[in-house]
Amino acid sequence: MEAETPRIAVRNVDMGFGTYVVQRNVSFTVRQGEIFVIMGDSGSGKSTMLKHMIGLIRPARGDVFYDGDSFWGGGTDRQMAISRRFGVLFQSGALWSSMTLAENVALPLGLYTALDAREVAEVVSLKLALVGLRGFEEYYPSEISGGMRKRAGLARAMALDPDILFLDEPSAGLDPLSSHRLDDLILELRDNLGSTVVIVTHELASIFAIADNAVFLDAESRTAIAHGDPRVLLDEAESPKVREFLRRGEPAHA
Amino acid sequence: MAELMRLEMLDGRTLAIHCAGDWTVRHGMPSVEAAATYVTGQPAPARVTVQAVGLGLWDSSLVSFVAGVEALCRARTIAFDKDGLPSGVRRLVDLALAVPEKTGTRRAAGRRPFLDLVGERTLRAWKGIEDTLAFLGEATLSFLRLLVGRARFRGSDLLLTVQECGAEALLIASVISLLVGLILAFVGAVQLRTFGAEIYVANLVTVAMTREMAAIMTAIVLAGRTGAAFAAQLGTMQANEEIDALTTLGVSPVDFLVLPRMLALMLMMPLLYLYAAFAGMVGGFLVGIGMLDLTGTVYLEQTRASFTFTDFFIGWGKSVLFGALVAVAGCMRGIQSGRSAAAVGNAATSAVVTALVYIIISDAVVAVLLNIIGL
Repeated sequence: MEAETPRIAVRNVDMGFGTYVVQRNVSFTVRQGEIFVIMGDSGSGKSTMLKHMIGLIRPARGDVFYDGDSFWGGGTDRQMAISRRFGVLFQSGALWSSMTLAENVALPLGLYTALDAREVAEVVSLKLALVGLRGFEEYYPSEISGGMRKRAGLARAMALDPDILFLDEPSAGLDPLSSHRLDDLILELRDNLGSTVVIVTHELASIFAIADNAVFLDAESRTAIAHGDPRVLLDEAESPKVREFLRRGEPAHA
Repeated sequence: MAELMRLEMLDGRTLAIHCAGDWTVRHGMPSVEAAATYVTGQPAPARVTVQAVGLGLWDSSLVSFVAGVEALCRARTIAFDKDGLPSGVRRLVDLALAVPEKTGTRRAAGRRPFLDLVGERTLRAWKGIEDTLAFLGEATLSFLRLLVGRARFRGSDLLLTVQECGAEALLIASVISLLVGLILAFVGAVQLRTFGAEIYVANLVTVAMTREMAAIMTAIVLAGRTGAAFAAQLGTMQANEEIDALTTLGVSPVDFLVLPRMLALMLMMPLLYLYAAFAGMVGGFLVGIGMLDLTGTVYLEQTRASFTFTDFFIGWGKSVLFGALVAVAGCMRGIQSGRSAAAVGNAATSAVVTALVYIIISDAVVAVLLNIIGL
């Protein structure tokens, strides 16, 4: 179907904790510049799938390929080189609590760019302004609200204009307006910087607003039961569970 | 209390359960067991029906009872009929039974075989040793990276830790050592006086403080003060995914978090040792002139004569070693911590215990080695 190498290819991944298998034989691909959603019911292993992709947990079986390069098959140096292209927003924000917001965003810039202190400060202000946190540079994570922490986490994730942005439930805990603004921001990032975005979420509004492509992980059959554009899946998914999920439990009219 | 539940066998095939009176959690409820013996007993009913007869107040107790009986009937494919109950109860029961239990998730409660537990403990202990060695290896590599200038951490972290475990620990380390010096001198004085050899209290205190006690007491104070704090800090960072965030950024958490803490302790411990050894000797001096009728000059002269740089450097070197061990124990337990509040608490406790064990064992090893080379 596609001649070009996919940006991300997840191949035959099994995930489990001890003897308990959560997902079996999951495969999907993400194309360059796509906004890709990993959805599924609770406990289906969405966040764990993300951790397999960003290199935090080695899958029980299978591999993840970036532009054709095996992530788990390579050595630590290769993994480091690949993960340098990632920006990750964790579920809780995961801001470093001993640093101010400015220092949080500045850390990746200090590590991987040749900017001097003043330039770093300017970029930091820009990133914080993009997520609506202008003026909060000198606040510590414990001094701001959960939604703000999440947005600051996003500012940090996009500090280096990463090729691939991984977002773990970005809009959970945000009010509808902030959530909408976040969706717009993700679209802007994709359109203007060409980032590929992988999002774990089950916010339907957000899924329909921004997703180009998606995979559905099912907790019951323990594998991926749908893969494609959610707007198409809404009517055409083979599994009635996926259609029901996308309709928020209301049965299809067609 | 009036009878809440009455069982009746209709026509030998249908079990009727009549619920009456007030069913409230606060006043107790009949257990499902009572009905279960009839449902599962012989002859097995083909149908179970639950009816409300003069039912008063009801809450979760009734729902829980009915859901329990219905689940039992489903498992045995016995027809179940609850049409005789208020619609609220029926709907809640249906809701409770709507999502089937996920197979393979329920954990076995109750006692497990003894050998199982022994095996599991042994495997866990083995895993603990592996993890410790892996962490020590990583810390060593990280230290080497520091020496060739490739380790990355924030200078401000180092300075902050230096302040926390250095200047802020000075008072407590000095006070404890002063008291240890007092105690040593006091115990020594009582014994030595019987030989008329009180003057040697100065030797006792000087040698003991410089060679052993100053380093050990400082290390113990820091294990409780700083080691536990390291474990709690890193454990909380682990729980909050902060360490994951470092890893995905390609920053080694050992370089970034462990190294500055280890360095700070290895820099500050020798300084604290100096103060501690001095404070201990002051303690001895106080006992010497206060209790033993020695003049200050005599005591100081005896102290000077018994002081050797060999003892001093042995104690001083050990303080660097202990500093590294306290930092390693604290950081290791923090990084290995689980992701819950209880796990962070356990990490702090275990950091102190681990540090104390490391200090005593390494002190013994050093003593044996020094004995072999004759120092």
